[in-house]
Amino acid sequence: MTKPGTAAPAASPAQGTNAPGTGASDRPVFELLDVEKRFTVSRPAGFLKREKRSLAALDGVRLTVRRGASIALVGESGSGKSTLLRVLLGLAEPSDGKALYLGQPVKEVRAKSRDFARSVAMIYQDARASLDPRMTVSALIAEPLLHFGLCGREAVGERVAALLTRVGLPAEIAGRYPAALSGGQVRRVAIARALAAEPTVLIADEAVSGLDVSTQAQLLNLLRGLKREMGLTLLFITHDLGVASYLCEEIAIMYLGRIVETGPTDAVLSAPAHPYSLALRRAAPEFFAPITDPLEGEIPSPLDLPPGCRFATRCPFVEDDCRSAEPILAPVARGRTVACRHPLNAEDSPVSPQMPAPAVTHAVGSRPGEGAEVSA
Amino acid sequence: MTAPDAHQAAAGDALPLLAVEGLTLERGPSRILDGVSLTLGRGETLALVGESGAGKSTIAFALMGLIGKGEAKIAGRMRFDEVEDLVSLNERGWGRLRGRRIAMVFQDAGAALDPCYTVGGQLVSVLRRQLGLSRAKARERALELLEGVGINDAEARLSAYPHELSGGMQQRVMVAIALACNPELLLADEPTSALDVTIQAQIIRLILTEIRARGASCVFVLHDLALASQSCDKIVVLYAGQVMEAGPSRGILEHPRHPYTRLLKSCVLEIGTETLDPPEGGVPSYGDMPAGCRFATRCPNALPRCFAERPVLAAEGERLIACFNPEPRQ
Amino acid sequence: MAVSEASLDPSVVPAEKAAGTTKKPRRRSVFLRRPFFSLALLVALGFVVCAVFAPYIAPYDPTVQSIEAMMQPPGGAHLLGTDSFGKDILSRIIFGARYALTIGVFAVLIGACGGLVLGVAAGLSTGWLEWALMRLIDSILALPSLILAIAVIAILGQGVDKVILAVGISLVGPFSRTVRSDVLQVKAQLFIEAAHLMSIPRLTVIRRHILPNVFFPLLVQITVRISEAILVSSSLSFLGIGVSPPTPDWGLMIAEGRGFVSFAPWMSGMPGMALAILLVALAIVGDAVREEFDPKMKRAQ
Repeated sequence: MTKPGTAAPAASPAQGTNAPGTGASDRPVFELLDVEKRFTVSRPAGFLKREKRSLAALDGVRLTVRRGASIALVGESGSGKSTLLRVLLGLAEPSDGKALYLGQPVKEVRAKSRDFARSVAMIYQDARASLDPRMTVSALIAEPLLHFGLCGREAVGERVAALLTRVGLPAEIAGRYPAALSGGQVRRVAIARALAAEPTVLIADEAVSGLDVSTQAQLLNLLRGLKREMGLTLLFITHDLGVASYLCEEIAIMYLGRIVETGPTDAVLSAPAHPYSLALRRAAPEFFAPITDPLEGEIPSPLDLPPGCRFATRCPFVEDDCRSAEPILAPVARGRTVACRHPLNAEDSPVSPQMPAPAVTHAVGSRPGEGAEVSA
Repeated sequence: MTAPDAHQAAAGDALPLLAVEGLTLERGPSRILDGVSLTLGRGETLALVGESGAGKSTIAFALMGLIGKGEAKIAGRMRFDEVEDLVSLNERGWGRLRGRRIAMVFQDAGAALDPCYTVGGQLVSVLRRQLGLSRAKARERALELLEGVGINDAEARLSAYPHELSGGMQQRVMVAIALACNPELLLADEPTSALDVTIQAQIIRLILTEIRARGASCVFVLHDLALASQSCDKIVVLYAGQVMEAGPSRGILEHPRHPYTRLLKSCVLEIGTETLDPPEGGVPSYGDMPAGCRFATRCPNALPRCFAERPVLAAEGERLIACFNPEPRQ
Repeated sequence: MAVSEASLDPSVVPAEKAAGTTKKPRRRSVFLRRPFFSLALLVALGFVVCAVFAPYIAPYDPTVQSIEAMMQPPGGAHLLGTDSFGKDILSRIIFGARYALTIGVFAVLIGACGGLVLGVAAGLSTGWLEWALMRLIDSILALPSLILAIAVIAILGQGVDKVILAVGISLVGPFSRTVRSDVLQVKAQLFIEAAHLMSIPRLTVIRRHILPNVFFPLLVQITVRISEAILVSSSLSFLGIGVSPPTPDWGLMIAEGRGFVSFAPWMSGMPGMALAILLVALAIVGDAVREEFDPKMKRAQ
């Protein structure tokens, strides 16, 4: 646990308008305020000539992660999920906007103390590559324990054994190297290592993808149990809507560097408001359902963004005004926001009469902390 | 098989297009496939499903003749149309089948396409080699094929290198190459596991449409049961190289009778799934396999005899099932 | 994509042995699995034994000349014959193994130490320092090791210690290049980023995660490069600028026998054979060590 009290004075700009209590514990764990991340790429332009182009991997992303929330970040490859993750973890500095942890810029918090590193644990998609191949399982799990001074050297063996049991691994695995473990076991070791620091926030990047269904189910149950028992805040990056619905109460769907829809997972998946969410929902395999008309075309290159709504090129419900200006995340229903001019199922939702005209959308959207609010 | 049988097969469709019987494959001390049998009729689609190590891809590679004689010991029978015995077929015989009558779509199209040649070059060379077309004819046909698999601006794509295409486009090109000679049997080894879900739906639909248009058969290797139920008529459930249950996909997936099929289905995560109840543990290594049913170590219904005696794959109605203690009939 | 990757090669069963199967498949001993390696190792060890116990094994003094026993063909009292001064070739080869192995091992150690320092520095540094170090490595690499060794000998003069130094310096280039590429490779790995995320100090990361991952490939490099060092040192002696006669050095012996090749071929042939056998044996041992201990290759088994 970090010491929230010490961080309180600096936190004023981050206070979300939706957070009534001003106690430090109500402050969101993570807040992204209009985060933009641009990369400069050079590409050939004629013979021996290269032109420099700016590419926006993230564009005006707003996301609030409350303490104890579980959020699934869903999107296809190229949607900017990984960049968002790097910004959250302080591995990448946003080109514009702010990334805040408990009200302070992530970069500063990271530089100041180890608290951030201890409270925020990460599980990588490629678990095997995230473990040093020349360290045994017990050395790998002991590393964070010793680094954060969580126990003395004499108690390490016991703690490691306890953590291994916790993630459902037999104790004799402690002396093995990662190369000798199966895919499922390696993921469990990565989870044990992440838990060793007793974090409050767990960030997982496709932590269960590419595994057999029974192994995946075992891991999902493990993560669900850990979340419940330890009261973890969970940010789960996935492309699998089933995983998102099983593990997370809230969902944020990304497309081409923007969040296009947020809200409670069940509500969003049962009645998606954004056409892209609907397409994702339909593309997910379902028993005996005929394979539905998939989304046409492919995700455009972020170098050649279409004008207006960036989903307009593939959207089956596209209308003329979609191509003129980008829609901004705006509330559609209780706890739900969508970035679409003509959201689906709008008539069912109580907020629909106020479906804002572009100008209003802008006003609503520009208030920090409200855009991608996903209330727990 | 006797000669009249073969004749009959040529005349009508009394015989299935593909029949595999007791296919066993040993690599060193490990028996990777253990008595696999399956049949596939003309125009049918079949899904091989199971977890990793089940031998799904190995079956596909064996059907494509891609397992070298020195690499593994193969026993059993594989009959494809009038070719009686694929197991002992020599390389010349394979040359007449592979790519022409049996084609394959690989999982990782990016790795399966040659990075040094353009898409057009690879398609044209396949067409010229296999069908003996002239260069101009082959190019024309390549263009048609690319358009057929839904590639816009096919003319420009012909001169593109594989790395210049997205994963979905690469897989479309793979499909175009596989379909170039109108094969009777298409093997699709996890054709979409490297792709995004929306692209996955596109590719599966594409393969199914093309197969149906040509009246060809298709064997999919899949790990997603829901996807298998959506795309295939028949399903073969494999575990550690043994067939557990086989038959019409709807019947089997709606009412799985083999404990493994049931388990596999119970682990499938659909949107809105509330609880998962996966079994503990995993597939044992080949050294630790029981002599009987290989699933016995994890089976909730296991009887003592399951460990010692191998249940025979027996017909029950439309399906085949290898279990001493199956779930009750619905 | 692990699912399908594993299913492509079903011999790798990612069995989660959580169910408590304690039986581990016993692997056969390395020596049984790799007969060539065992043979090569025996040969290499034979040379080492010869080198260590040379005075006890050699039938004659390697430097004693005898006019009666001049240029005797192999067989009889002199198993491998004698040279133009009547020195016993077998004894000279046995003593020569001492020089060959000493020069090889120490030169490689010098090269490896220099290469480790230079390579790690080049791999970790950035900006102008990296540029400067890279140009330094490039300039060492630009010359073949033999030419470089000749240049160093020209500065230092002749003698066994000088040869060790010269050959060692000539190996710094290749070593530092491989070390640097290893460092760069390890630096880009995910587990380094994970350590960084954990706020582990940079120096600790280098000591705990980067160096061990670089050091092992370096050990493999050392076994592989010993043969190169021996070859370069023999070449120096053959050219007459390495060790000085009458030291029983193989390269020197080959050079001495060169004039008599037409009627006394054993004079050059025997030391040449010894050199060839040792180099081939070392190469096989080096390859086997690499394949056996490289964790990446091990996984593929």
